[in-house]
Amino acid sequence: MSGVKPAPEPGHLGYTVQGIGVADMAVQSDIMEAAGPYDRAKALSAFKFGDVTFYWITRACAISVLLILGGIIVSLIAGAWPAIREYGFSFLFTSRWAPSNDPPVLGALGPIYGTLVTSVIAMTIAIPVGLGIAIFLTELCPQWLRRPIGIAVELLAGIPSIIYGMWGFFVLGPFMADSFQPFVIKVFDGVPILGTIFAGPPSYLSLFNASLILAIMVLPFITAISVDVFKTVPPVLKEAAYGVGCTTWEVVRNVVIPYTKVGVIGGIMLALGRALGETMAVTFIIGNAFKITGSVFSPGTTISAAIASEFAESDGLHQSGLILLGLLLFVLTFFVLAAARIMLMRLEKKAGN
Amino acid sequence: MNFIKTIVAAGLVAASTSAFAADITGAGATFPFPLYSKWADSYKKETGNGLNYQSIGSGAGIKQIIAKTVTFGASDMPLKSEQLDKEGMIQWPQAMGALVPVVNLEGIKPGELVFTGELLGDIYLGKVKKWDDPAIAKLNPKLKLPTDAITVVRRSDGSGTTFLWTDYLSKTNAEWKTKVGAGTAVEWPTGVGAKGNEGVAGNVGQTKNSIGYVEYAYAKQNKLTHAGVINKAGKTVQPTIGAFQAAAANADWAGAKNYYVILTDQAGEASWPITGATFILMHKDATDKAAAKEAIKFFTWAFAKGDKMAEDLDYIPMPDSVVKMIEKTWTAEIKS
Repeated sequence: MSGVKPAPEPGHLGYTVQGIGVADMAVQSDIMEAAGPYDRAKALSAFKFGDVTFYWITRACAISVLLILGGIIVSLIAGAWPAIREYGFSFLFTSRWAPSNDPPVLGALGPIYGTLVTSVIAMTIAIPVGLGIAIFLTELCPQWLRRPIGIAVELLAGIPSIIYGMWGFFVLGPFMADSFQPFVIKVFDGVPILGTIFAGPPSYLSLFNASLILAIMVLPFITAISVDVFKTVPPVLKEAAYGVGCTTWEVVRNVVIPYTKVGVIGGIMLALGRALGETMAVTFIIGNAFKITGSVFSPGTTISAAIASEFAESDGLHQSGLILLGLLLFVLTFFVLAAARIMLMRLEKKAGN
Repeated sequence: MNFIKTIVAAGLVAASTSAFAADITGAGATFPFPLYSKWADSYKKETGNGLNYQSIGSGAGIKQIIAKTVTFGASDMPLKSEQLDKEGMIQWPQAMGALVPVVNLEGIKPGELVFTGELLGDIYLGKVKKWDDPAIAKLNPKLKLPTDAITVVRRSDGSGTTFLWTDYLSKTNAEWKTKVGAGTAVEWPTGVGAKGNEGVAGNVGQTKNSIGYVEYAYAKQNKLTHAGVINKAGKTVQPTIGAFQAAAANADWAGAKNYYVILTDQAGEASWPITGATFILMHKDATDKAAAKEAIKFFTWAFAKGDKMAEDLDYIPMPDSVVKMIEKTWTAEIKS
């Protein structure tokens, strides 16, 4: 409670002076002089009261975030407790998911695997493309094209995820299964490792299709934030680099990216956070199968898709298991964000030196 | 745990109960949803009383009625007597319906393809992987089937429809019975999961070389290619209202305690083997007695005047003798 009294006096003076326009100054000081010292104290205490109230209102708002977060964690743990007690750590390493068995056999390995695989593939696709768009927009794009592309990227971010799901289901899925997947399967057939990763048969609903949709969904996050931070690069740095004969690629590689690394990584982490938790679009096109096969063209499931499709009909240990899955996703996203923070802190330190 | 359940249940129902205080509220199975909404529509026109039915799935419906957040629950899987007694509830069958296997195969017309329960089980076990498998060819010697892999579509959510389907597979395929068994959500050996009857219908309609199972009305509305099935008597039957009624006629409602009857794989030459009843659950001693009374009024009306509407939607109305039994149960069990 050390921050209860945030040095109100100096804060007040600053406040009062800033709050009054230059034109009012003279009038205000006339009144104050005429009114005498008593009224001055009263006026100050009124200001003080206002400030303290404001302080407590904002403080309550801020604390409510902590309370909500704490409440969510507590209820997740309470809900997941029966499953934690029943399965313990084996929950993480079991790939069977048989809720109708008696007692139910539940393991999170399938959904965890699906979540990680789809996120990794999505980021592998979205990072280069997203950065490419951002670089083009800030460095190379003719002025007249800048707005249409920028608006298109922003619109991409505004499309509800269910629309992505439907598009993936009706358009992307059939296209992938009929043309892209058979081609890739044929190319890699017989090649060690890659042959397994891209093994057939082609499927409308698969991990890979879900990853593609995710990539499109997180693209705007990466692009929008990168564009913003690229704009902060002082023109003088770039001009100097061009002046000594750098190509655009060299300017981007050696001036723009190093200068904006922190912001770009922040955007990427935000995108990863969305990819890990995205539910509706993924549920539509991933196939909802609790199986781990080597192939990315086979159906799978993610943590959030599993919860979305099974929660309504679950009870007892099954429901508890689903809540435990939710808790895992919570922890997973927490670690991603924490890792992002630590990386950013390191980068900032480096930049400081 | 109960605390969380109540919150979830309350949240789900909050949306449904806000409309009118006079409305009867119910929640549960998606299987009879088209029928209940049609009944509700006519009932509202006739009496002015509305029915608010949320098709959230059998399991969720059971949970809601146990939590007393709705006046009645609906489930495609009957509850066992012990559970009914424990919760102080009664159940009765409100209508019957049927599941059909549907396929998406080029050049195959509705009803041309024929399966046995055992073959369907093998396909859903992932043992029969391709459409040109000898086991399929043996039953369908005249059809030219592709060499492509079979895409198996099944429900991803727990569901009474899945219970009927897996119950049928358990009765006809021994390996299915030991490996997977029957339930509203099972450990699927293969296939892609879709949400709801409409999700499976959409997936099969969309995916070439796929097979799925849906309630008959969904197959009809989505113009899917259904297949015939060889029944217990060894005869090939097509999904027609006559075949559903033949199966339903076999049911021994009078001899079953609490109407616990599962109608899959019935004897009889004309019986459609994947037929089932959909059940209503109510508390004997409801907290809101007026609402319970209104609900019973609605179900009485539905039994009396809803038969034609049920048949229009390819459901099978309960026979009059069973309706009389059910009405007796109401007067005996429900406290007013």
